[in-house]
Amino acid sequence: MSRLAITLPGLELKNPIMPASGCFGFGKEYGNLYDLSQLGAIMIKATTLETRYGNATPRVAETASGMLNAIGLQNPGLHGVLENELPWLEQFDVPIIANVAGSETADYVEVAKEISKAPNVHALELNISCPNVKCGGITFGTDPEIAKELTAAVKAVSSVPVYVKLSPNVADIKSMAIAVEAGGADGITMINTLVGMRLDEKTGKPVIANKTGGLSGPAVKPVAIRMVYEVSQVVNIPIIGMGGITCVQDVVDFLSAGASAVAVGTANFVDPFICPTLIEQLPGKLDELQIDHISELIGRSHRL
Amino acid sequence: MIIQDLMTVGSQQQIAKNIFEMKLTGKLVGEITSPGQFVHIRVSDSFEPLLRRPISIAEVNVEKNEMTIIYRAEGHGTGLLSQKRAGDIVNVLGPLGNGFPVNETASGQTAVLIGGGIGVPPLYELSKQLTAKGVKCIHILGFQSDDVVFYEEQFATLGETYIATVDGSNGTKGFVTNIMGELTDEFETFYSCGPMPMLDAVQKAYVHKKGFLSFEQRMGCGIGACFACVCHTNENATDKAYVKVCSDGPVFPAGVVQI
Repeated sequence: MSRLAITLPGLELKNPIMPASGCFGFGKEYGNLYDLSQLGAIMIKATTLETRYGNATPRVAETASGMLNAIGLQNPGLHGVLENELPWLEQFDVPIIANVAGSETADYVEVAKEISKAPNVHALELNISCPNVKCGGITFGTDPEIAKELTAAVKAVSSVPVYVKLSPNVADIKSMAIAVEAGGADGITMINTLVGMRLDEKTGKPVIANKTGGLSGPAVKPVAIRMVYEVSQVVNIPIIGMGGITCVQDVVDFLSAGASAVAVGTANFVDPFICPTLIEQLPGKLDELQIDHISELIGRSHRL
Repeated sequence: MIIQDLMTVGSQQQIAKNIFEMKLTGKLVGEITSPGQFVHIRVSDSFEPLLRRPISIAEVNVEKNEMTIIYRAEGHGTGLLSQKRAGDIVNVLGPLGNGFPVNETASGQTAVLIGGGIGVPPLYELSKQLTAKGVKCIHILGFQSDDVVFYEEQFATLGETYIATVDGSNGTKGFVTNIMGELTDEFETFYSCGPMPMLDAVQKAYVHKKGFLSFEQRMGCGIGACFACVCHTNENATDKAYVKVCSDGPVFPAGVVQI
């Protein structure tokens, strides 16, 4: 397994494969299907200070090779996650990356401070890019200066390394990446979903109750690859790449673009066993590429 | 236990306008625990369409490792599914969700089963299991029109069966509630599956009876992870503010889910 091991700030990954936040709940549903200790890490569903019910339904809509979602950060709140979800995950030998969301800086700081003390939380993923909530989320993710300040505020209270999840819904993703690095981020995760809309064929009205939703799935992969390629060349912190990964070739592509590990999102809904399947198939892919260790792939797209 | 099974199509036939009956064989059948559970089917090997299609289980034959699904081919995904032929392999995830509680009706008691349109199929296996244990089943099935009526004879072999069609082309003209009003209310339990307005009308009509409703919602994962199919619950009906139709349901006691 050492061929697949990757070390990142706060994270000793057995392999570079982890489920993406929002696509895996808090692990319980998938824990009924396979041993979660196989995973490189788990990015748990976004946690906010208070309990959130989320948006009205319909919350999802299928699109060409993808899907739109507008769940609205439904979660049991900081105390629910600390009391029920994280302790349950302690039975598995897997580092947890806690996705932290909020409406204002004080929320982020409070959640980050408390959740980073949990014994199995090895890193935070700062969610400044959720497109589906009325306030917070995306506003922090589109202004470099605000993103930098929020990153610094969270870094100041977190007991573990902080990764910042970038939104693709910006004119210049590089300036966002540079800003959060300057704010003290230990790493970047990217990309969140692209804002989209689907109209009902009969009524002509948006299908999703929230009207807009975040596009994910294979359809977004080229956008994600381009952004990882660009960002990895302007920052010195590692990237966990995601956006439409469904097979080992996609994993290879993200690492080649400049990511050091990857997260799998929507594909979990299509095949709940996708993460262990990718982990199982990776060594064969390395053999095929005549590569000894997976880290040799990182950034080869722009290596001199 | 939920498994992902590559099931073999035994047969596929159109049984009414746009309504298909498909028989599937595989070890997943041995995991089914109650009528009203559903399966999540990949209709294509590509990512077009991307998501699985949730389809209810209409009949289970454990000895033959075979289950029957009945679905309406109305969109791209179910259209592709309707093109599968005997011998084809289909990727099926399941069984999913919690079905109808058969043990809530005792032998010798009477149950009323009310189905609407493509909500009718899971009631067939339910009726088979109820009648097998000595429950008298009365079936009230509602459809748009005669050309989309299916399984009328199959239900009739299990018990009294009444059909309602919106246009009156088969049975009573109108809705299932028109038939419900005519029938005796000497029964112990009711079980229902169909569109939301129908479920609402049924539970209002039988507010003093013990009943179970199966809900339909747009789903993502089908296993409770994505939070796409949540519904609010009625105050004091449960200790939760919401339920997930896919994994907490799709069957809930009447009165629990806000309609």
